Amino acid sequence: MEETEGVLTPHIEVTREVPPTVGAFAESAKSPHVALVGVPNCGKTALFNALTGSRQKVGNYAGVTVEKKMGPATTPVGVTVDVVDLPGTYSLRARSPDEEVTRDVVLGLRPGETAPDLLIAVVDSTNLRTGIRLVLELRKVGRPILLVLSMIDIARRRGIEINVDAMSAELGVPVVTANSVRRGGLEDFWRVFDHVLATGIEPLGKNMWKTPGVLELRAEQREADRIIDRVVTLPAKPDTLSARIDDFLLHPVGGLVFLLVLMFVMFQAVFSWAQPLMDLIDVGFTWLGGLSQTFLPPGLLQSFIQNGIISGVGNVIVFLPQILILFLFILLLEDLGYMARAAFLMDRIMSGAGLHGRAFIPLLSSFACAIPGIMAARVIDNPRDRLTTILVAPLMTCSARIPVYTLIISAFIPARQVWGLFNLQGLVMFGLYVAGIASALGVSFIAKFLFWRGHPSPPFMLDLPDYKIPQPRSVLIGLMVRAQMFLKRAGTTIFSMMVLIWVLSSFPTAPANATMPDIYYSLAAMIGRFIEPLLAPIGFNWQISVALVPGMAAREVAVAALGTVYAIQDGGAGGAQHIGHVLAQNWSLATALSLLVWYIFAPQCASTLAVIRRETGSWKWMWVTFGYMLGLAYVFSFITYHVAVMLGAG
Amino acid sequence: MTAPVKQTDEAGRAEPVAPAGDLVPLGLARRNFAGRIQRIEVTDLNSSLLPEEIERRLIELGFVEGAEVRVLHEGLFGRDPIAVRINDATVALRRREAMAILVGQEV
Repeated sequence: MEETEGVLTPHIEVTREVPPTVGAFAESAKSPHVALVGVPNCGKTALFNALTGSRQKVGNYAGVTVEKKMGPATTPVGVTVDVVDLPGTYSLRARSPDEEVTRDVVLGLRPGETAPDLLIAVVDSTNLRTGIRLVLELRKVGRPILLVLSMIDIARRRGIEINVDAMSAELGVPVVTANSVRRGGLEDFWRVFDHVLATGIEPLGKNMWKTPGVLELRAEQREADRIIDRVVTLPAKPDTLSARIDDFLLHPVGGLVFLLVLMFVMFQAVFSWAQPLMDLIDVGFTWLGGLSQTFLPPGLLQSFIQNGIISGVGNVIVFLPQILILFLFILLLEDLGYMARAAFLMDRIMSGAGLHGRAFIPLLSSFACAIPGIMAARVIDNPRDRLTTILVAPLMTCSARIPVYTLIISAFIPARQVWGLFNLQGLVMFGLYVAGIASALGVSFIAKFLFWRGHPSPPFMLDLPDYKIPQPRSVLIGLMVRAQMFLKRAGTTIFSMMVLIWVLSSFPTAPANATMPDIYYSLAAMIGRFIEPLLAPIGFNWQISVALVPGMAAREVAVAALGTVYAIQDGGAGGAQHIGHVLAQNWSLATALSLLVWYIFAPQCASTLAVIRRETGSWKWMWVTFGYMLGLAYVFSFITYHVAVMLGAG
Repeated sequence: MTAPVKQTDEAGRAEPVAPAGDLVPLGLARRNFAGRIQRIEVTDLNSSLLPEEIERRLIELGFVEGAEVRVLHEGLFGRDPIAVRINDATVALRRREAMAILVGQEV
């Protein structure tokens, strides 16, 4: 790993002239490309949502997992422009993969990306200094700029007065004010934007940008401060609402207690709020399964539709409500401005375990799914910290484990009250979450000790944005994007795995004089029996072994696979309740506990491993993750199984 | 007391307007400490980043000579990290990096 930032991000000296592209779109029918640029928390995403609304698309930049948000926007006079929302950055120096994308797109050097005809620089009206300095740096690129002063309503309410014309004159770029969250808040923006488009975006200037050193940065910040001093009148009494809220939320003790309570409420909500919706989805799929039984002749086709497709995909889609509730909390906390505070509160605790305070956000996202968690690790600019976070993120209890945990717990753990207060099932679930967190911290601590002993910890510097009321619209858009990603996965990876499982469990068909259930003669049983000797020491039978094979693709598939295996075995209908019943009859408690422990650690998610490979850029770290998780899973399941057998649970 | 001199060195730093003896590193400041930044000087050679890189990052977050700072909040363990109000923004950082920010206390 690189020692210093200087090694990781070579200073790029870009002085060559970028070929002009502006004239081109005026002649052709190509719609102009505009890119939103700004520092983190500047209101860029709110503006992007206001411009593109539900027409936005989220994808990836080629070759990296940096999220690419783009979409068309139509101006009041009917011109359509392509808008791209670039990752937030304080400068074009590019300290992380995210910021490299911003730099390369702004410079027009990113392969496969259209160079923007116009940069829309977004600056927070209530916090101008860092944003205006960035604009001074952007000016050197030579691309036309339109400066948008966002959150102007909040600034006015606080008594901050900005002389827009004077600012425009000082900076030499058009300046407009905007309120992205209110209807009509963009009138000023649209008027100027349409004017710019109608009169023609000015041609590309010469690119004078070079990686700034302390000299340039300092000079630019001084210049920014001078301009602000000249064109902005600050209120006599500054707004202190955020600071007063922080007196409670960042209180050394109270703040941590609040964070814990918040986490607890979040997980309660994930489980209790989602239940009715999940029941509804379950009922829907059972009904569909019933339909297929009624209208299709018994035989292979009916079995394929009912056991393979409907129950397989249904067993996965049923978790959509839980995932959405978890993301609802994450999006709300992010929009509120609380996430950065959580990183502040957790920094010291996390750094004790060898993690960066910023790792809190990726690890929290990993409770929903390790994939967005691993991708969110991009906010950590130090490569070593980022790698540790990526390595341990899959240990956090993701929502794909929930089906496995729920199924086994409800089948084997009695719903007893403990100490008159807690439900034993809930306690076991809580214990599994704690085990996941503890193992993540433990592994990162050991990784730090083994690999990176003696390396000093990198700095923690983070903007704590003022608190803001989240906008329902932007939260909804965020949820929609997550739901689409999940359903797409359910419709592709998981669907194809279910078809494969069904084929493996159904062929070859049983001989006419079969004495055992049909599945006993299938390919799945052969594979299962082949792996069984390896897994027998940890208490797994061949049915579990079969289910673990497709479960390597995605954890939740194992539940569906167990369902399919036992449904075909019993020749009857599946359904979550029935599976639990069948498992309780077929497994010992020791086996069930061993499988629970297996699931805390086992690297059973092909997509996660693929993302690790992509994010670390190496097969090595993917295999390291796979190996250490598999090793931990085997060792701890072995211990659990044998201890449980010794205690008489065999 | 020497008169304030406005000169800059090779990194563009202004000479401190107060003599060095009166400067407090922000990394040692307690809650509610307020003052004006006089100098950014990274002396921490044991960091994973080069001193110049730390200085660049501090500047990018708005820590330049002349800016007003106030320590708003402190963490639980070792009163670390700290949340600092810098002009109209709030920034969280560890005391270790804040040692580079030399502040003249407001009287």
